[in-house]
This record gives sequence, structure tokens and C-alpha cells, in this order.
Amino acid sequence: MPVFIPSSLAEATQLLSTNLDAHLLTGGTDMMVEVNFNHRHPETVIALRKVPEFQQWNIDSNARVVHIGSSVPYATMEHGELAKALPALAEAARTVGSPQIRAAGSLGGNLGTCSPAGDSLPVLSALDAIVHLQSEKATRSLSFAEFMVGPKRNSRQPDEIITGVTIPLTNGWQGYAKVGVRNAMVISVASVCLAIHDGKVRVALGSVGPTIIRCSESEAWINSVGLENVDHAIAQEFGAKVRAESRPIDDHRSTAEYRRHAVGVLAARLLLRGVQK
Amino acid sequence: MSESEHYTLTVNGVERKVSDAWIGESLLYVLRERLGLPGSKGACEQGECGSCTVFVDNAAVCSCLVMAATAVGTQIATVEGLNEDGSLTDVQEAFVTEGAVQCGFCTPGLVMAVHHLLDHNDSPNEQEIKEALSGNICRCTGYGRIFAAVDTVISVRKGISS
Amino acid sequence: MTITKTQRDILGSSALRPDGISKVQGDYEFSSDLHAENMLWGATLRSPHPYARIVSIDVSAAWKIAGVECVITADDVPGQLTYGLISEDQPVFANDVVRYMGEPIAAVAADHPETCRRALAAIHVVYEVLAPLTNPEHAIDESHEPIHPDGNIIRRQRIVHGDMHATAPIVVEGTYDIGMQDQAFLGTESALAIPDHDGAGIEVFVATQWLHEDRKQMAKCLGMPEEKVRLVLGGVGGAFGAREDISLQVHTALLAMRTSRPVKMQYGREESFFGHVHRHPAQIWMRHHANTDGRIVKIEARFVFDGGAYSSTSSAVLINGVTHTQGPYQCPNAIVDGYAVRTNNPPCGAMRGFGVVQACFAHEGQMDKLAAATGIDEVEIRLRNIIHTGDTMITGQILESVAPLERCIRETAAMPLPAEMGLQPHELDLPGGSGRTADRRNIVRGIGWGVSMKNLMYSEGFDDYSTARCTLTNGSVELKFATSEVGQGFVTLAPQIARSVLGVDEVTYDTIDTQIGSAGSTSASRQTWMSGGAVDGACRMVRERLFEHVGSLHGIEPLRLAIDDTDIIDTIGTLRISVQEASANFTVSETFEYHHRQTEDLDENGQGNCHVAFAFVAHRAVVDVDVELGLVKVVQIATAQDVGRVLNPMSVTGQIEGGIAQGLGLAVMEEIIVTNGIVRNPSFTDYLLPTALDAPQVLISMIEEPDPQAPMGAKGVGEAPCISVTPAIVAAIRNATGKSIDRCPVRPQDICF
Ligand SMILES: Cc1cc2nc3c(=O)[nH]c(=O)nc-3n(C[C@H](O)[C@H](O)[C@H](O)COP(=O)(O)OP(=O)(O)OC[C@H]3O[C@@H](n4cnc5c(N)ncnc54)[C@H](O)[C@@H]3O)c2cc1C
Ligand code: FES
Ligand code: FES
Repeated sequence: MPVFIPSSLAEATQLLSTNLDAHLLTGGTDMMVEVNFNHRHPETVIALRKVPEFQQWNIDSNARVVHIGSSVPYATMEHGELAKALPALAEAARTVGSPQIRAAGSLGGNLGTCSPAGDSLPVLSALDAIVHLQSEKATRSLSFAEFMVGPKRNSRQPDEIITGVTIPLTNGWQGYAKVGVRNAMVISVASVCLAIHDGKVRVALGSVGPTIIRCSESEAWINSVGLENVDHAIAQEFGAKVRAESRPIDDHRSTAEYRRHAVGVLAARLLLRGVQK
Repeated sequence: MSESEHYTLTVNGVERKVSDAWIGESLLYVLRERLGLPGSKGACEQGECGSCTVFVDNAAVCSCLVMAATAVGTQIATVEGLNEDGSLTDVQEAFVTEGAVQCGFCTPGLVMAVHHLLDHNDSPNEQEIKEALSGNICRCTGYGRIFAAVDTVISVRKGISS
Repeated sequence: MTITKTQRDILGSSALRPDGISKVQGDYEFSSDLHAENMLWGATLRSPHPYARIVSIDVSAAWKIAGVECVITADDVPGQLTYGLISEDQPVFANDVVRYMGEPIAAVAADHPETCRRALAAIHVVYEVLAPLTNPEHAIDESHEPIHPDGNIIRRQRIVHGDMHATAPIVVEGTYDIGMQDQAFLGTESALAIPDHDGAGIEVFVATQWLHEDRKQMAKCLGMPEEKVRLVLGGVGGAFGAREDISLQVHTALLAMRTSRPVKMQYGREESFFGHVHRHPAQIWMRHHANTDGRIVKIEARFVFDGGAYSSTSSAVLINGVTHTQGPYQCPNAIVDGYAVRTNNPPCGAMRGFGVVQACFAHEGQMDKLAAATGIDEVEIRLRNIIHTGDTMITGQILESVAPLERCIRETAAMPLPAEMGLQPHELDLPGGSGRTADRRNIVRGIGWGVSMKNLMYSEGFDDYSTARCTLTNGSVELKFATSEVGQGFVTLAPQIARSVLGVDEVTYDTIDTQIGSAGSTSASRQTWMSGGAVDGACRMVRERLFEHVGSLHGIEPLRLAIDDTDIIDTIGTLRISVQEASANFTVSETFEYHHRQTEDLDENGQGNCHVAFAFVAHRAVVDVDVELGLVKVVQIATAQDVGRVLNPMSVTGQIEGGIAQGLGLAVMEEIIVTNGIVRNPSFTDYLLPTALDAPQVLISMIEEPDPQAPMGAKGVGEAPCISVTPAIVAAIRNATGKSIDRCPVRPQDICF
């Protein structure tokens, strides 16, 4: 049987350990495009949609973390409790493709693909999320930076399945903004997630480098300035620093110059939104 | 084909056997080419047009992105199943009477998307309607008559005669 | 539910589409839905290079794959090796040289699409890659070797009119670039070919704009007499010009003839981008000379249309472009030079607006420059210059069409502007939409204008006609025509015509195929006029025969009879008899061929009565722009369009709204990006089409001044909506930003840097 639909985590990891060339499938919104366009020829597929652990999410207000299973669709993150807990993730989720894509697409798949344009990824980065991996024998938990190592490259081992992510809650503002040339259903040209926790700013950029870029220098600078001092001029300067940390390229979607410009503008605007100015 | 696969799908409430399929086949392909249900259309096969919209376990998804062999055990609903006695649903009727159909290629997918929207929200505002339909490309109409059709259904369902 | 009707579906009513119910139910058979017993799938191998010599093609491995039934290359083409709409310069399969990325090289037939893919992968082609010609100027300056035996210049046309030395105090000039747009119909190319049992003929179901022209080209390449090639229209999922050239027709038929089995071919989206021609990218320079009162004295212009590798309709697109240099304005003197050139870029040809879209983008940019230079308002400067019936155009042709241009402009201007943006706008109403890029304070609003004039039907002496048959039996009518229904609604209109002319209610139409004379192409805004004229003519002939019949039965001179609603009446007597009753046990069938008036070629100075008729339209666009990020939201389009007469208000509305969306696409998002002959975005992921969230509010006024030249007074309405809306939107962006933007689509970087 080349298609497996395991109904438990144990079964899934066991199947993978004996079928290391199997393709893991969650929503299929990345993988089926590759299959339809002849870029991927799966011989064996493990469909993860029935694994209960992957479909669950919960908000642990004591530990101040949110856990989201790898199969939870974006549609679930857009509204309701999850959206209230993680507004930046909700905003990012809402920009993914169309309602049909958001009904199927998942964090597991976004992480599995690990495109620098993946919309959940700057959020996971800025929120210091932990990515959980499990094989038949072991579990690993990696920081986002450890997990994503390059464009479409991550540190998942062939026998590991992404089970979910743990995202710490922030006690300050968080938000996401993404530039595309259409008002909906568009792959990111440049995106920024900005979050404030304990009065400190964190900022991560999408589509402007080989991986998601965490802007540590800009963060250090703005945190030394202090959020209470942010005004338009400071925001502009912050934008300029973020711009300097981006490493975009030219491609058919946009130019490096525009992308650099755009993340600067977005970072400044998000900062002002964050301090409500 | 070397890799073959036998499985059963539940489409519009009916169990349908699929045999000798290649595992890479999308649900769209299987519906159209193997199960004789060509109502769902394919215009991009990459989730960008919505012409292939079906419901899988009540979620509106692009059937071109569902690997058919993994949809075993789900409830699949297609445009053919909307009204099996051949009459029109209110959404279908409004599409006809409001001029929301030109070439009609996008239409089955849009009809599904509109049903999905209105079955979950009986009074969507303009932005909600547009966002709900933003995954369904129509190249002919510019969407104006489609919005008119949605408005008509909303009013009719609320008992406001149009 | 069932649909109940209250009024008769005659001309002027919003009759519903006869195919609407089957389309909403998913029952309607598009060409891609067709199936035949024992059918094979076909697929095409295409060149990855824009320009290369083919050193060798080895198909042997493909033949060996289980399930593969046939592999064909140029060597297997039995008839003429090339085809084309105007000049037959395009190979069915490349044999010595490939001239564009995506050019067909071979085709296979197999039992499953996946087997086809594997077979294509097994074909081994050795290329010697050559340096492509991708800059159209290098075709003109002859700095690149000819890439085709017919040379690198497809056509050059000059227009010299009036006083070449005329000058005026105000001079404005600009160079405008228009990107390559794709028709992006939703139903990709598809066909099903079924060979006759005796192997002598073939029936092909295909989605096309012009059955008879396809048949002509196919028969030549197949080496078969035309009558052995029968074409039937498969359901068409949109066209917009992209189905005017043939694509997979010959390949599918050839595979079917070779295998003696039905063969179905269907392009995926990516292949569709390579499988049909696109809108010509163009660079247009214009210099307008005007008096201080804003009146145009002279226009100088140079057009370069990039035709890509094969000529398709490039020469006709060029003529449309140069002859519309002046736009809908008077212009006593003009010097225009235009080229359509061959390059190793994707072939370009027909798309809605056909050359006039490009010209209009330039002339409307110029009108705004003229407004700025003279200090006259954008609306006023246009009104001062508008062309009227009886004026001489720069081709020397006198404008004979009804030209209610002033009404178009004034009625558009009178439409309400959208409300100011509130302080807390919905995030989806801001530029950037769901990306939440903008805040209220980042947004600037702009307003812009575009006005245009578009020729209707074919030009330059083409004897264009359409054929229709009307059969009346026992009070019901059956129509027959070969008019391609591509979504525009001819199948709605034709029965409306019959009902109006004959006073019947029950009207059906027969299969649309080549079993009747040609209807010409569903393009050039021509089918309402041409095929509408043919149906009207056939119905009138039947009516005459019916009146003769009734007249002889009742001893009344047929000339006294007329149709009143569903009755025949004696206009000067008392007889009143229902058509139903009058035609009981009476059958009459008439065929009518409608020809429009003759046109003529342009001479070397671009002078001649080359166009049949014109329609006019005005657009006003309101946009919100995030200037810093360069993102745009089109808020509202107001338009008043000269339609002659409204035959079906709902259909006309649909054409206008749909055309506006396409023009919006060209203004702000749609472009096939080609670098060094390589197409970078052949997918709906990266070739962006407007979504529901990009659709603006549209305000429409239909200007009805019936044109006596038109069979029912109605002008074609298909193209006008998408022409001046693009420059109107771009003008609105200029107005919001203060930047001079001379290209479309406008990219974020064009605004923010
Ligand atoms: C029309 C369209 C629009 C899109 N727009 C966007 C967009 O705007 N933003 C965006 O970010 N993305 C977009 N995408 C891409 C895609 O929807 C997302 O990346 C989505 O998150 C993928 O999730 P999935 O569950 O569908 O993944 P799948 O396709 O099921 O899997 C994707 C990859 O991850 C692997 N994988 C899946 N689950 C696991 C797991 N649990 N453990 C390990 N590996 C796994 C798979 O093997 C595969 O390689 C779009 C896609 C389409 C078709
Ligand atoms: S065919 Fe599935 S979204 Fe286009
Ligand atoms: S009606 Fe043709 S694509 Fe929508």
C-alpha cells in the first residue's frame, strides 16, 4: 500500500521509520502543487490528517504558552481564541492564499516547506516559538532559528515528523504585515512580524533573505532607545535599521531594492502601531 | 501505470470505488476522469483559481490539492450533489437570474464557495463576501453580477423580496 | 427551485442565458469535459530555450514506454508544415530551429496523462543554444541576424496626414511602455479528436473562437480536404483573443489520425501560457503639438509592437495601433511610424482591445500632459478635442459612425464620486488588503480619466461575413450558426432576435459546428453586429415567407402584414392571427449571409478607408494609493459607453464589468515577465489576476444612440470596456502621487521610488 493514513502519532512515526522515503502529507497545499506540476513523484505517502495530536491546540495561560498541532489549519488561527492569544499569527494566517487554502494548509506544512515566503514563519521567529519533532525513538524541540537553516531547508531528520509548535504568549502588542501586489491571495513580496514582550521589541522578516531574518541589531537599538521614546522619527530610523538587516534578492516577484525598502516601511509602521502612535 | 491503488471515496453520500489509480492523482482528477463527475473544473491545478472547489468534511477546499487516495473516510460533496433532483439551489438560481454566469467555467466552484459562505454566515457584509470569494477567480464577469447574486440570496433567505 | 419569467425574452430584455442552468449545475460540457470510448490522452513536448538549433530529436525511448501509442514530430506532419492566421509562418512542430520558449517539438498519445508526462521526459532533444533576439529595437536596426526566413520585421506602417511641418506653441511628449498581458481565460485549451471509421476524415470538438478558420488551417496541415475535417464547438471557458490562433488543434487531430483512436488534449495552466499568443507588449512614443486653447494641431508617434517569434495577427494589431494614434480626438496633422517585429519572445496576437489598448494608453497619457501644460482641466481638454461624426481621421477616412462621445464624457463626469474614506476604514478596503500594510494616514486618493475609440469588426478590405439559418416550424424556431459562444452571450442574443423579428417564443439553436457557413471569429466586438446581423437577416427572410403564406391564405398583400408581439396583424385591416397559429403545419427555412460594408487597404502613407465602424467610451477611475509602499486599491470606476442600442442590459453590464476588471489587471498587476526570452511567471501564482477583493465599485451608463449602419442599431460592446480604463487608473495613480508613470502595469517600485 503506498498510501498510509495512520490514526495515531505512534503509528505515524513507526510508519515513517520503516518508509524513510515516504512523503508526509498534511493539507497538501504545497505538496500537491509539486505533484501536479511534475516536480515530485511520490511512491509512498503518509497522510497525517487523522493523527489526533496534530489536530489539537491549546492555550496554557499558566505557562503562558500556546501549543498548536502541526495539522491545525490556518482557518482555525484566523478567528476566535487562538486569534486573541496570537494576533500576529492570526494576521499572518489570514494572508495565506485563499479561504480554500486556509481550510487545508497548516503550520506543519509551512514548516515542512520552509520557504522564506512562508507567512507563519516570521511570526514563529519573532515569537520565539519552539518546533517539536518526533521520530519513532525520540523527540526534539528546536528553536525556530535552529529549525530553519536555509531556503526550503530545515533540520528535520528523515525519520522525524513535525508534531507542532509551542509559542510563548507576549504581554505586549504583536502584529504582522505583508506586501503583495494583489489585495488577497498573493505570495509575500516582503513581510514583517513585530512583537513586544516585557517592553522589548522583536522583529522578524520574511521574503527578504534565504531564511527568516531576526533583526537582532535593530531590536537592540530600539530597545536601547526605549519604547516610550518612539515617535515618527524614531520609527523611521528603526525602519532604516531593519532595512539594513534585510538581504533580499531580485526575482520575478519583485526587486531587491523594493523589498529592502518595503520591510523598512513595514517595520516602522508596525512599531508605530505597537506603541499606538 | 506501475503504481496502482484501490480505494473507496464517499462522494455526495455515495461510496465510489476507485481502482488502478496512480497515487499522485488529485481528487479533482479522480472526480472528473474516474468517477464521471466533471462538474468541478480545473483551471490551474495549483489552488489559485477555486474552480475545483468541493467540500471535504464540510470544509471548502481545492480538490486539485487533495490527494484523492488520502481522502478515504471523508465526506466529499461536489456541485453535482447540491441538488440531486435536478432543481436549482437558491444560489444557483441567483447566479442564473443575476447574470453571474458568462463562460461558466468558474461557476461550479463559485457556487460551492457561496454556499459555504452563506451556510456559515447568513448576513455577511461586503468585505466578508469579497474575502470569502477571493479564492475563486472569474475572468469574465469582473465579479459585479456575482456579488449581485450573493446579495439576492441573502435577501431571499431573510425573506426580503428582491 | 425553478425560474419563472414574467416578460418575453425579446431584444432589449435581460433574457437569461439558455446555458445558464447547466453551467450552474456543473452539467455544461466544456471541451475539457469531453470523453470518448477508448480515448487516449495527448501531450506536447516544448522547447525550454527561446532560440536554438535542433541538432537531433530521439523519440525511441518514448515509444518503448508501456501505454504510449504514438509519438510524432515535424516529420510526421502530412500536409503543410506551417500555419498562421495572416501569414503561415509558424511550424506545427519545430524541426530545425526553435524560436520561442515553449515552441512545440513533438507530441505523444498515451493511456494516461501521467504516461504522457513520462513519454515526454523520455524524448531526447539535442539543442545548440543560440543568442536570442529579445530587444525589438534590434529587429528594427537589423543588428540581429534574421531569426526566421520571413525576416525580423513583420510589418511597418507609416501614416502621413496633413501638413508635416505644422507646429503649435504647446508641445508635450512621452514614451509609454505596455507590458505583455495574458488573456488568462479559465478554461485552458482542450480538444477531443475522433477519427472516422474509414480513416478518411475526422471530427474535432474544440474550444475556439473561429471554427472555420481553424478548419482551414487544420486541413492544410493534415493534408486533408476541408470537408473531411468537421469541427464542433466544445464548451468554451472564455477566450478574449487567445483562441483566435490554433494551438493544439493540429496536434490532437494528427495523433488521432495516427492511432485511429479518439485523442483528447488539454493544456494545464503552465502550458496554456506557452500555448497561446498574448497581448503585444509595446513601446510607444508620442509628441502632441497643441494651441494654448488645448486644441491638438499635430501628433507625431512611433509604435513598436513586439510580435514575438511568429506573426499571428501582429500586422493587424499594428494597423489598429497606428490608426488609433489620435484616439477619439480631432487631429489635422500626423506623422506616425509603426513596426510589428519578430523576436524570440513569446508570440503575441489577439487580445480584447487588439492594438488599441496600447495606443490608448499612450494617447491618454498625452492628453493629461497636455492638460497640465495648458492648465486646462482633464475633462475640458478632452471635450475640446473630441471627434464628431463627419470628421476626417488621420487615415483620411471620414468617421461615419454615430459618435456620442460628449455624452460619454459628460455622463461619466456626472456620476457620483465614492464617499471619502472614513477615519477607521475596514482593513480590506485599504491598499494592501489582507496584508494589513497600510494605515489610514498612509493613503492618498487620486482621480484619473481615460477616453477611447475602438474600431469594430475587421479592417483593411477583409470581406468579413457571418452566416445563419432560421427554420420556423409550427410556431417554434431553430437557429443554426457557427458563431463561437465563448461566454459573451451570443446564444442568449440570437433567440432574442428571432423572438423579436418573428413573434415566436420558443427558439432553440442547433449544435455550433462547421455544418453551415462561417460566422467569422468571436473577436473584434463583431458578433452582435455580424452574426446578429445574419440571424436578423435569416429571420427577416423567414418572416417574409410567413407573410406570403398568411397573405395568400387570407388574400392580403404580404406588405400589409406586420408582427405585433406574438401576432401577425394587418396594418391597415383587422386581421390578427397568432404566429403560432399562422405557422401551424408550415415549415420554412432560410439562410442569410451578412456582410458589412467594404473597407480598403491603407496606402504607404497610411491613408485609406480601412475601418468599418467605431464605438466610444469614457472611464473615470478613483484610486487609493499607499505612496510609500507603492500599493494601489482601485476604489471606483465610472463609465459611460456608446453601445448603439442595448439588446440585453444584463449581458452588456457583464461585458462592461468584466472588461473593466481586465483593464484593471493591466493597470496594476497583470504582466507576463520575460527575461532573455524566458517566461518567468507562467502560473496563476505569479501571473496575478484581479480577485473579488480587487474589484472596484463600477458605475455604468449605457449611451443609446442607435447606429444606422448596424443591423439592429447596436454596436459591439466587448472591447470598449477594457481599453481606456487602464489609462484612467494609471492617471489616477499619477494624480494621487504626483509621479509621472509611463508604463503599465504600474509596479510598486514605479510608485515609491
Ligand atoms: C494557492 C496557494 C496559495 C498559497 N499562499 C500562501 C501564502 O500566502 N503564504 C504561505 O505561507 N503559503 C502559501 N501557500 C503554501 C502553503 O499553503 C503553505 O505553505 C501551507 O502552510 C502548507 O501546509 P500544508 O499542510 O498544505 O502542507 P503540505 O503540502 O501537506 O506539506 C508541505 C510540505 O511539508 C511537509 N510536511 C507536511 N506536514 C509535515 C509534518 N507534520 N512533518 C514534517 N513535514 C511535513 C510535506 O512533506 C511537504 O514537503 C499557498 C499555496 C497555494 C496552493
Ligand atoms: S484547479 Fe484547483 S484551484 Fe485551480
Ligand atoms: S464566467 Fe468565465 S470565468 Fe467566470
